[in-house]
Amino acid sequence: MLTRRIIPCLDVKAGRVVKGISFLNHRDAGDPVQLAAFYNESGADELVFYDITASSDERNIMVEVVEQVARQVFIPLTVGGGIRSVDDMYRMLRAGADKVSINTAAVLNPQLIEDGAKRFGSQCIVLSMDARRINEPGQPSQWNVFTHTGRDPRPTGLDAIEWAKRVVDLGAGELVINSMDADGTGAGYDNELLAAISAQVGVPVIASGGAGKPEHLLAALHEGQADAVLAASIFHFGTYTVEAVKDYLAAQGIPMRRTPRPV
Amino acid sequence: MIAVINYGAGNLPNAVRALEYVQAPIEVVTDPAAVLAADAVVLPGVGATADTMRSLREMGMDSAIRAVIARGTPFLGICVGMQVLAEQSEEFGLHECLGLVPGTIRRFDQGLKVPQIGWNSVQHDGSALWEGIPNGAEFYFVHSYYLATNDAALVAGRTEYGLTFPAAIARDNITAVQFHPEKSGQWGLKLLGNWVELARGRALGIRDRD
Repeated sequence: MLTRRIIPCLDVKAGRVVKGISFLNHRDAGDPVQLAAFYNESGADELVFYDITASSDERNIMVEVVEQVARQVFIPLTVGGGIRSVDDMYRMLRAGADKVSINTAAVLNPQLIEDGAKRFGSQCIVLSMDARRINEPGQPSQWNVFTHTGRDPRPTGLDAIEWAKRVVDLGAGELVINSMDADGTGAGYDNELLAAISAQVGVPVIASGGAGKPEHLLAALHEGQADAVLAASIFHFGTYTVEAVKDYLAAQGIPMRRTPRPV
Repeated sequence: MIAVINYGAGNLPNAVRALEYVQAPIEVVTDPAAVLAADAVVLPGVGATADTMRSLREMGMDSAIRAVIARGTPFLGICVGMQVLAEQSEEFGLHECLGLVPGTIRRFDQGLKVPQIGWNSVQHDGSALWEGIPNGAEFYFVHSYYLATNDAALVAGRTEYGLTFPAAIARDNITAVQFHPEKSGQWGLKLLGNWVELARGRALGIRDRD
């Protein structure tokens, strides 16, 4: 049976993972290779590296980071952040990424999705979107897509569900749906948004934003009909291990990939 | 020497990294002569069978692959590198493949999410390829098409996705897997290591007979 995926997301700046992981007592918590190895050993099904660097020098360092990780950790790697062209995609894929994630660049230039999918295949192209609820309470649910969510969120006027359908038509192979309303709250994913998109597209949907406890991941997989869940802080701050979350989800009847425990 | 065929497949670098990690004596090759000279051959792949067949033909690799398989050289196909071994593929219009194993490459049914992306369990036949790998272990799949074959004896591992399809096939010197061992964590590395050991045994045998 196809298992549901648990995907930790790591922010990388100038070759270092930011937001330290306090429970890694004997390791360098900022080293991407060691962290990737740690998450791999603890059962992560994939890893996402999100490049939050600003300069082109730092971007070259990111390519080296991907190379180092890909030589040591043999699970799927996705790289996002700052990918604006097919050449940017190629550099990351050649360095060892299996997929690239695009967000703002796809809104500004939807052709990028099609060009990337034609050149590398849809399975390489992950479309990430930041969506925020715009309906008034009591009105039918509606979400719009925003860009530049890190610094100054800008509305695009795009309806999230329509955008999801369009990017899949253009060739996106997976969708990461990040709820701006839920992100950072630790109060759970926006399962209504996830379910609305999952019902409309034939590609895997990955939930993002809002995880605070394992029950939230379960709800995203059940009510949200998500194929995978992405989470950052609940793992990074050591609140839960990937293993513990998988144990919980498996006990709830969710198909999980089980990895052998280190003895 | 194990030749890894470079015809522009997207997963070539990661397949190479994984084979290097298991200490396989590999060389990445683009020349059919290098394939003919190799002790064993790996054909990686990701993408479409039609494109892959076109690339292999343009490079003269199709006849090199046929020749090494006919002569008993250990051969490992990965993902599309498995699919091109079939007789034909229905991807982007029915077209001919290498015809080295019986069967047709078909698309998964409507109603499933396609491509299948993720970790799925493999029920294997317990042969030496799977040594040390538990039955039902998960491997990483990314594909929209699968091998439909009536030859049950060919199938070395089975997986469910809407239907049961061959996750792995093995016959004589041919081994091929639909999943990506280079992205399947420790079981994927174990399988690659097992194949390299099997290939070593076979390649030595070939040299002895010469």
